[in-house]
Amino acid sequence: MTATAEKNPASRRARQEARLGWYLAGPAFLVMLAVTAYPIAQALFDSLFSHRLTAPDEREFIGLGNYTTILTDPVFGRAMAVTLFITVVTVAVELVLGFALALVMHKALKRLRGLLRTSILVPYGIITVVSAFAWYYMFDINSGFINSWFSWVPGITEDLDWFSNFWTAVTVIMLSEIWKTTPFIALLLLAGLAQVPDDLLEASRVDGATWWQQMYKVIIPNMKAAIMVAVLFRALDAFRIFDNVFIMTGGEAGTEVLALLTYHQTISRLEIGLGSALSVIMFLCVVLMCWAAIKLFNVDLARGTDASSGKGEK
Amino acid sequence: MAAGKLTSKQRVAWTFLTIGVLLYALFPVASIFVTSFKTQADLGSNQFWPTTWTWDNYEMIFVGGAQELFLTALRNSIGITLIATAVAVVLSTLCAYAIARLNFPGKRIILGTALAVSIFPVISVVTPLFNLWRTIGLYDTWLGLIIPYLSLTLPISIWTLSAFFRQIPWELEQAALVDGATQWQAFRKAIVPLAAPGVFTTAIIAFFIAWNDFVYGISLTSTEAARPVPAALAFFTGASQFEEPTGAISAAAIVVTIPVVVLVLLFQRQIVSGLTQGAVKG
Amino acid sequence: MASISIRNLVKEYGDGYPAVNDVSLEIEDGEFVILVGPSGSGKSTVLRMIAGLEDITSGELLIDGERVNEKPPRERNVAMVFQNYALYPHLSVYENIAFPMRLHKGQFSKEEVDQKVRKAAETLELTEHLDRKPANLSGGQRQRVAMGRAIVREAAAFLFDEPLSNLDAKLRGQMRTEISQLQRRLNTTSVYVTHDQTEAMTLGDRVAVLKKGELQQVASPRELYEQPLNLFVAGFIGAPSMNFLPGSVEGTTLKTPIGEIELNEKQAEAGRDKEVVLAGIRPEFFDEASQVDASQRAKGQVFTAELSHTEWLGNEQYAYVNYENDPRVTDVLQSLAEDMDADELRTQLVVAVDAMSTIRGGDTAELWVNTRRIHLFDPATGENLTRDAEAGARLTEMAREDRQREAERAGAKLSS
Repeated sequence: MTATAEKNPASRRARQEARLGWYLAGPAFLVMLAVTAYPIAQALFDSLFSHRLTAPDEREFIGLGNYTTILTDPVFGRAMAVTLFITVVTVAVELVLGFALALVMHKALKRLRGLLRTSILVPYGIITVVSAFAWYYMFDINSGFINSWFSWVPGITEDLDWFSNFWTAVTVIMLSEIWKTTPFIALLLLAGLAQVPDDLLEASRVDGATWWQQMYKVIIPNMKAAIMVAVLFRALDAFRIFDNVFIMTGGEAGTEVLALLTYHQTISRLEIGLGSALSVIMFLCVVLMCWAAIKLFNVDLARGTDASSGKGEK
Repeated sequence: MAAGKLTSKQRVAWTFLTIGVLLYALFPVASIFVTSFKTQADLGSNQFWPTTWTWDNYEMIFVGGAQELFLTALRNSIGITLIATAVAVVLSTLCAYAIARLNFPGKRIILGTALAVSIFPVISVVTPLFNLWRTIGLYDTWLGLIIPYLSLTLPISIWTLSAFFRQIPWELEQAALVDGATQWQAFRKAIVPLAAPGVFTTAIIAFFIAWNDFVYGISLTSTEAARPVPAALAFFTGASQFEEPTGAISAAAIVVTIPVVVLVLLFQRQIVSGLTQGAVKG
Repeated sequence: MASISIRNLVKEYGDGYPAVNDVSLEIEDGEFVILVGPSGSGKSTVLRMIAGLEDITSGELLIDGERVNEKPPRERNVAMVFQNYALYPHLSVYENIAFPMRLHKGQFSKEEVDQKVRKAAETLELTEHLDRKPANLSGGQRQRVAMGRAIVREAAAFLFDEPLSNLDAKLRGQMRTEISQLQRRLNTTSVYVTHDQTEAMTLGDRVAVLKKGELQQVASPRELYEQPLNLFVAGFIGAPSMNFLPGSVEGTTLKTPIGEIELNEKQAEAGRDKEVVLAGIRPEFFDEASQVDASQRAKGQVFTAELSHTEWLGNEQYAYVNYENDPRVTDVLQSLAEDMDADELRTQLVVAVDAMSTIRGGDTAELWVNTRRIHLFDPATGENLTRDAEAGARLTEMAREDRQREAERAGAKLSS
C-alpha cells in the first residue's frame, strides 16, 4: 500500500500487518514449497547423472544424456502418445457428459436436485483404485458379467479378454476414469450455468431464439470461462493418469502411460537418473499445457482454482 | 428451472432422467458391492447376481487370512489421512485468514503457489522423495506419507477457505464488540459459528483427497508399516495361490467406500459449495 | 442515558491525512443529533470513534462526563445500528435481540431476557418473526431486528450508521418515522449518520454538517436552512439546492446575470467592499409575478427571464433559467459542486413556481424574487456575509425547547 514514509505510524502499522500476515500464511507457504519446489529441483539435478540405486558407486555426470536416451526411446514415444490419447478422449467425453449432467441438475426441481447431486458425488468421493477394481471386475474374463450381458454385440464373446488387447483395455481404463471424474466437471459447469443471467435467456427468448440457439448463442458463450477452466484442470489431471492403468493392466497391452513409465523406472528398476529425467519432462509438459492455455485461450486460472484443485485425482 | 407443475409427459421424462443419473452414479458401486458378497464359486460364474450371498469375503479381511494386510492398512490409512487433513486444515486456516483479512505483500504469490502445487504431477515429486526418504529414513513411515500428502491437501484447503473467509461479514465482529462483547467473545460467538462450516467442509474435501491417494502410497512404502489401503489393495493375494483375491478386494473396497458415501450423504450441499466456490465467484 | 462530549477529535489514517480534523460537539442527554455530509466527510468515522471501533488519534471523548478514549466498545455502553444491519446469520431473530444480554452471563435471568426480548419485539412488531432467521426477513424487518438489539441494551446512547440507506424509498420514509417516534419515546441520546438530507432535516434536533473531516456548522435544521454559516452548508442543505448567482454590489443594487436586484441597506453594506459576491437564492424565494399579491410584491423585485424548460412534479413545479456564469467564480462553484458530490456545476437558475402555473419552457416569464431572504457569500472564503447569528440562535433554541416539551410529554405518558 503506502509504506513510503518510514517514520509514519501508519506505515509501521502496515508493516506490522504484513509481518502478521506472513507469520500466519508463512508455514503453509513453506510446506508447499518444501514438498514441491525442492523435489523438482532435486529431480532436475539427479536427472543429469547416470544413477542406479542398485549400483550407487557408478553414479556419473552425463549432462543431458538421460534426456537423449528417453527422447530417442520408442517406449517413451508410445507412452506419451497413449497418455495424450487418453487425455484428449476422456476430457472430450467428460465435457459432453458433464454438460448434460449439469443441464439435468440445473433444470431439475429442487427436491430432485438434492438427490441428483448426492448421487453424482459418490463417484467423485470414491477412491480411484476402488473405481478401477469395480470396472476391472465387471470386464474381467474370469469374474466379469459384461461379456455375458453384451454377447449380442458383435465382437463381444464369452472369451473376450478385454485386458489383453490395447484398444479394449484402454477403453475400460477410460470408462473408469470418465465415470469417476465427470461429476467434478458437471459440478463446475453447473456452477457456471447458474451464473448465466436469467434475463439474458429471457431476452433471447423474446428475440425468438430456439432452444438450440439459446444454448449456442447465449449459454455456452457466457459459460466459456467456466468451461475453459474445467477443461484445463481436467486435462492436467488426466495427463497424470496412473491409478486406473496400474490396477487394470499394470502397463501391459501397450497401455503404459507416462506416470506409470516414470514409476517403473524409479521404483521398480531404481533408475534414479532416468526416473528423474522423466519426472522433469512430465513437469515441463504440465507447465507447457498451462502456458498454452493461458496464452492461447486466455484462461483465467485463478478463477476456477479452488474448484479445480478439488478433484480427487492426482 | 422447471415450472412448479409438471405435465405427465414431463413427469415421465424426469423419472427416466433421474433413473439414468442414478444408474450412472451408482451402478459400478453396486457391482463391486454385489461382488463382495459372492462365494468363490460365484466369482467365476460371469453373472451379476450371486447365487448365494455370503459374508466370507468380509470375514477374510477382518478375521481371516487377509486380516493382517487389511486391518493394518486401514489403520495406516485412517491415521495418516486424519493427521494430514488436520495439519492441512490448521495451516490453511491461518493462511486463509491472513489472505482474507490482512493486507500484506505476497498474497498473490501464496495463492499462485497453491495453484501451481495443485496441478503439479505427483509422480514428478515421487522420484526425488523416494531417493531422499531412503537416505533420511522416512521411507515406509507415516511421516513419510503425511508430508507429501500436504502437497495434495494444502492448496485446495487454502483456496477453498480463503473463498469462504472472504464471504464472512467481518463487521459482525465489530457489531458484537459494540453489543458489549469482549474480543474473545466477539470471535467465539460471532465469527466461529460463521467460519466453522467452511473449515469443516474444507476438512471433508481434504480428507477425500488424502484418502484417495495411490501414487505416494505405493511408491513411498514397502511394508505394512505405513502402506495405506489403496496401495494395499494392489498387494492382496487370494486364499491360495490359484485363487484370485477378487472377493477380498471387493469387500475391502466396500469398507473404505462407506465413510465416503456417509460423508457425501450428510454433507452434499457443503461439499458442492466448497468445490465450486472459486469457480463461481469471479 | 447520557451526554456525549466530543472535544477536538482528530483521526489520522496511515498516510497522515486527517479523516476527522478537530471536531468538537456537545450532545445533550436525550438529544437526537445528525451527522451529515457528502462521502468522505468523516461522519461515519466520528460515529465509529464514539462506538470505540476506531482509535482516537487525538482529542477527547466523554460519555456522561467520563473520558472513554481508551475504553473498549463493550465498556462504553452504547448500542449501534449498522448500515447493513450486522445481524448474526446463524441466530434466530429472538437470539439476535437477546445477544447483548447473553454476553453478560448471570446479569440477566432467563425470564428477564425473555421479557425484554418480547417487549422489544412487540414495540417493533416483530413478535411473529421471533423464530425466523435473518435471511428470511425483508429489509425493513431486518432493520427492526437491528433496532431491537439496540433497545434491549438500555444503552446510554444509540448510534446509527446510515441505517436506512439499504431500504427502498417508501420503506425508508416509514422507518424514518418509526425511528423518530422510538427515540422520542425512549428519550435516549442518539447520534445518526446519514447523507440523506431529508433524514437529517426531519430526524435531528440538531444537525452537524461535515466536510472533509471538518465540522462546518451545528444547528437546528431550520437554522441551517435559513442562516447557513457558509457556502457549503447553504448549498448542501435544501433540495433543489440553493442558486448561487455571481454579482457585484453597487450602492444598494446587486448586479447579476439575470438582471439588477435591489437589496436592503444591511445586505448591501455586507457585500459592498467585495469585488464579486455570490447571491444565494433558494428556488422557493422566487415566484411567478402574477401570483404575488401587492403587499408581498413590495418585499421583493420583479424581473423577466426566458425559461429553458419546466418540470412538473404534481405538488410543485420548477422552472429553469439559463444564464452566463461569471468566469471569476466558476472555480469556486466547480469545487463547491465537487465537495457536494454533485457531478458538475450548473449554470441554470432553479425557480419554484406554483404547480398550477401554466408557464412553459421557451416562454418569457415575469418572475418575482423575495429579496429580503437573499444571502450574500464571499466567493474567496465561502463566508456568509449576511448571516444573522442572533436569529439563527433563536431558531436553534426553539428546537431545543420543542424537544424538551416532547420529552416531558412522553415521560408523562409513560408514567400514567
